Amino acid sequence: MITVTDLGKSFTLHNQNSAVIPVLEGANFSVAAGECVALTGESGAGKSTVMRILYGNYLAQAGRVVVNGLDITTATPREILTLRREVLGYVSQFLRVVPRVPTLEVVAEPLLSLGVAEGEARARAADLLTRLRIPERLWPLSPTTFSGGEQQRVNIARGFAHRYPVLLLDEPTASLDAQNRETVLSLIEEAKAEGAAIVGIFHDLEARERVADRAIDVSVFTPRKIA
Amino acid sequence: MTPLLQVRNIEKRYGARIGCADVSFDLYPGEVLGIVGESGSGKSTLLNCLAGHQSPDQGEVIFDTRADGPRDVRQMPEAERRMLSRTDWAFVHQNPRDGLRMRVSAGGNVGERLMAVGARHYGDIRQTAGDWLSKVEIDTARMDDRPSAFSGGMQQRLQIARNLVTGPRLVFMDEPTGGLDVSVQARLLDLLRGLVRRMGLSAIIVTHDLAVVRLLADRLMVMKSGHVVETGLTDQVLDDPQHAYTQLLVSSVLQV
Repeated sequence: MITVTDLGKSFTLHNQNSAVIPVLEGANFSVAAGECVALTGESGAGKSTVMRILYGNYLAQAGRVVVNGLDITTATPREILTLRREVLGYVSQFLRVVPRVPTLEVVAEPLLSLGVAEGEARARAADLLTRLRIPERLWPLSPTTFSGGEQQRVNIARGFAHRYPVLLLDEPTASLDAQNRETVLSLIEEAKAEGAAIVGIFHDLEARERVADRAIDVSVFTPRKIA
Repeated sequence: MTPLLQVRNIEKRYGARIGCADVSFDLYPGEVLGIVGESGSGKSTLLNCLAGHQSPDQGEVIFDTRADGPRDVRQMPEAERRMLSRTDWAFVHQNPRDGLRMRVSAGGNVGERLMAVGARHYGDIRQTAGDWLSKVEIDTARMDDRPSAFSGGMQQRLQIARNLVTGPRLVFMDEPTGGLDVSVQARLLDLLRGLVRRMGLSAIIVTHDLAVVRLLADRLMVMKSGHVVETGLTDQVLDDPQHAYTQLLVSSVLQV
């Protein structure tokens, strides 16, 4: 589902003496359907950069990144938006929402934008919020005032609302208590069983051991001249 | 799919000075395009050229009309263009006073646009106007008040109701949340997003507020000195800006 070939990435900071910061060079890997791959490497090695490139959030300077048949390094914004709507899900570490939108809507939105009927989308959202132990009295409220852990769970519910064939997870179990962590891990296992290709960053070693089939050490992609 | 709007090489000069130049893009149905840049970058000039408020010196603005398919708006007779701006197009001004009739009641402001497209039954017009006032969260008890008695945020919401009542397919917005306090902004953003999704609108939003485009726009165009310096997916342009000016713009935003 994901094939990365000779991926290279550097940042050019035009307003800071045009400093060029090489981050990735010659990265090659692929992820098959039904497989969960963990990105590893120390902080600053480029794990999040790889994730963001896979999502089309960062531009690659070199190489190809093919997700579900679409090379996102050359795709138009429209093609990437369609890919994100239908195929490619991303659970980031932070929830970013329009203020005032109720939690239930926030979670149902990915389904609504796919044209799923309102009742069905809300039912799925309600089911996920229940599993993630967000009390029903909070559903009509905007998540902007929720605690960090609650926001993270709303974010996860939103990321799992549509059954994306490709899923990117950035520390999905961070700041969660044992019960909720367990729920998130079973959600990941269910998605895998349904055939989703999953790429994750897990600082939680036990979680990584349990859901990841293999690890990709991102530090081998660090350009040699600065390593 | 045919783009709703195809813009080709739009150029507008003020004497020797460039208002905007070499601007080309396609806008598809349901898509929201954000245009950002500092004041004087040409973003409002561009918007006015597209919406027919100013006449560009060069270029084409091709709109996919309901009746005849894609046509260059600049070649249309004046009457036809005015009809278009009353039916399929809408323009939300930064200052609601520019988009409202201040001496006409709130209901009248909304009803007027309906009458311009042929509605004649008073009861129906009043009913629809009332529905739209509720949609933009204006108490229908205020329907017969003049907008001059409204707060800035209410005036802006009234302007949006007046513009959207005829079910346009393309909305031009010039700093729609500028000059409003943040709580009102959030309300307006939520409203706009809901309307865009439910009505399948396409929109072009000019703003200098990067938080607004992040929440509303699918795609972003960054302008400087009349030229487009960078385009792309909104989150990509904001999170991994390539051009020096975009980097400056993004890094200048204060973190809250």
